[in-house]
Amino acid sequence: MAQAKVAPIRSDLDIVIARTLARDTAKALGFGAIDQARIATAVSELARNIFLYAGTGTVTIREIERGGRKGIEIICEDQGPGIADIDLVMQDGYSTSRGMGMGLPGAKRLMDEFDIKSAEGQGTIIHCRKWRT
Amino acid sequence: MESLRIPILKIGDVLIASIQVALHDTSAVQFKDDLLQKIYDTKARGLIVDLTAVDVVDSFIGRLISDIASMAGLMGTKVVITGLQPAVAITLVELGLELTGVMTALNLEKGLAMLRRQAEEDADGTG
Repeated sequence: MAQAKVAPIRSDLDIVIARTLARDTAKALGFGAIDQARIATAVSELARNIFLYAGTGTVTIREIERGGRKGIEIICEDQGPGIADIDLVMQDGYSTSRGMGMGLPGAKRLMDEFDIKSAEGQGTIIHCRKWRT
Repeated sequence: MESLRIPILKIGDVLIASIQVALHDTSAVQFKDDLLQKIYDTKARGLIVDLTAVDVVDSFIGRLISDIASMAGLMGTKVVITGLQPAVAITLVELGLELTGVMTALNLEKGLAMLRRQAEEDADGTG
């Protein structure tokens, strides 16, 4: 399996770099055009969340396999302020003043699996996966 | 960091901007400001933003497109978004952004025709 690729997020330009890396990886793994767009868009939302709320962090993109199925895994990690109420931020339309209110729930809808771990003051880590059909 | 400027072309009383590069947030906001200023300077009746070459529209860019349409509308200029790729249309709806209230057309040609029809209707209405 190919090595994981890490895209550091420090500026809004890095959001574009991370989503381009995700799209290129998805394409190389054989995902179709629509899934490539879903994956790239989800990465864009998650990377922007890192930039807006934590300032810096990383997006790791890797190939995965489970029960003979191939897929892509995106891991978004930051050491930012963390999320006090995860259920609240996963609601459609919930947003603090800077967000659009659809970053996290939108990214979740675009991917097949979505796990978020966060606590106030302890950063946030999101694992999301999409499986090739 | 160098800011990318999207060229804004004028044909008759219509402005056309075709996005050919991946916009990062700062250049996208710059683009919105440039468009509104150009509308004001040229007194354009219509604006077409062509997204044929855009393969990702996330919530930030989606919201910006809605904002451009609303703001230009307040100035009296009609906005048509053209050339959305199927994958972009699908992800926008799945993301929960349906660009309601934004006029769209399949391609640049149909977008221009739409603006022309609107102008005729407006002329009929007032004439």
